[in-house]
Amino acid sequence: MPGYRPEDPGTHPPLDFPGYRSTRLRHPHQPLVPLPHRLTEVTGPLLGSERVGETDHDLTVQHAGEPLGERIVVAGRVLDGDGRPVPGTLVEVWQANAGGRYRHDGDRHPAPLDPNFSGAGRCLTDTEGRFRFVTVKPGAYPWKNHPNAWRPAHIHFSVFGRAFTQRLITQMYFPGDPLFAHDPILHSVPEAARDRLVARFDLDGTVAEWALGYRWDIVLRGRQATPLEDEDDDR
Amino acid sequence: MILPGTPSQTIGPFFAVALPWPDGPDVVPDGTPGAVRIGGRVLDGAGDPVPDALVETWQADPDGRFAHPDDPRGPATSGFRGFGRCATDAEGRWAIRTLKPGPLPAPGGGAEAPHLDLSVFARGLLNRLVTRIYFPDEAGANAADPLLASITDPAVRARLVAVVEEDGLRFDIRLQGDQETPFLAI
Repeated sequence: MPGYRPEDPGTHPPLDFPGYRSTRLRHPHQPLVPLPHRLTEVTGPLLGSERVGETDHDLTVQHAGEPLGERIVVAGRVLDGDGRPVPGTLVEVWQANAGGRYRHDGDRHPAPLDPNFSGAGRCLTDTEGRFRFVTVKPGAYPWKNHPNAWRPAHIHFSVFGRAFTQRLITQMYFPGDPLFAHDPILHSVPEAARDRLVARFDLDGTVAEWALGYRWDIVLRGRQATPLEDEDDDR
Repeated sequence: MILPGTPSQTIGPFFAVALPWPDGPDVVPDGTPGAVRIGGRVLDGAGDPVPDALVETWQADPDGRFAHPDDPRGPATSGFRGFGRCATDAEGRWAIRTLKPGPLPAPGGGAEAPHLDLSVFARGLLNRLVTRIYFPDEAGANAADPLLASITDPAVRARLVAVVEEDGLRFDIRLQGDQETPFLAI
């Protein structure tokens, strides 16, 4: 029963990151206690199609009318660190509308809500690990972290993978956003790893006369190699 | 080939538009015989409630089996979901309804005491925090559990064991401070 490879220390942000003010009272002071991977860690929830409705992957058809904004397709694959697709895994997304406003009571940004946009989607990856969402490009929005602070446009992603160890929640950004240089949340990621959070424009994924395509792959942790490892055994 | 991993980012304050499910906290349905309520509060380093956290749990069934094909003993047949998800309320409270898991075999012939794995996501957490919940009526098994045994300070170890209350078990999650919950590196 092989465990999963330890995280590369250059991948994830530190929990204590003073530039992001909300980390101050929420990061543990004590070092993390190592937990070797045993049965609970190499298994995990395999949530199936009962969680996904027919229009959940298309955020532009969930209401009577179409949402305002630039229509986009965001597609990619969920892979493990060995390059193997992760099929049948639940992908959940949420985002602000085109004006930069979330449909959430706590969002006080005085940009208009869009009655035709909830900003939530989900799908299961197919046998090749592929996902595809149709949505509108989210707007940038201000936040209170520091004076004149703005978040670059982003879509939140939640992915389960196949084991508790692979669980990941992250954010996808759009290429060339001038706000990257000013965003402490993106900057919390080690510099060499930041561009892994930025989708690329994808002309092949663009639907002519309909929607711009973006491509973004998500890579979860791979298995620890063992002498007996055999792909066929990885059911 | 080793692909570089995708970095984590905070769940942010607005995940409630998508992630909470009506049956998220119901690892088992209401009325399930033997069901136990496990819940508590998520508190920050000032002792204030964290009203925008998401707590997720994963565990074996009462026989110590998982609904998962990577369990080398074969997948459980009990139909037990094993997964719980609950957003905290304005007071930082979360709770799930579940069945107590069985013990698990550990390498070397020992056993892991019954436990739940738990993830905490929140605004201000750039990566999830992972911890475990153990059971207060398992003193013997807890004493032999490899993870608990690796924590030398008994006061710290005790923070991973839920506390009996009238309506179930309480497990508070303190992100920071004197009574900080031990968090785990996986």
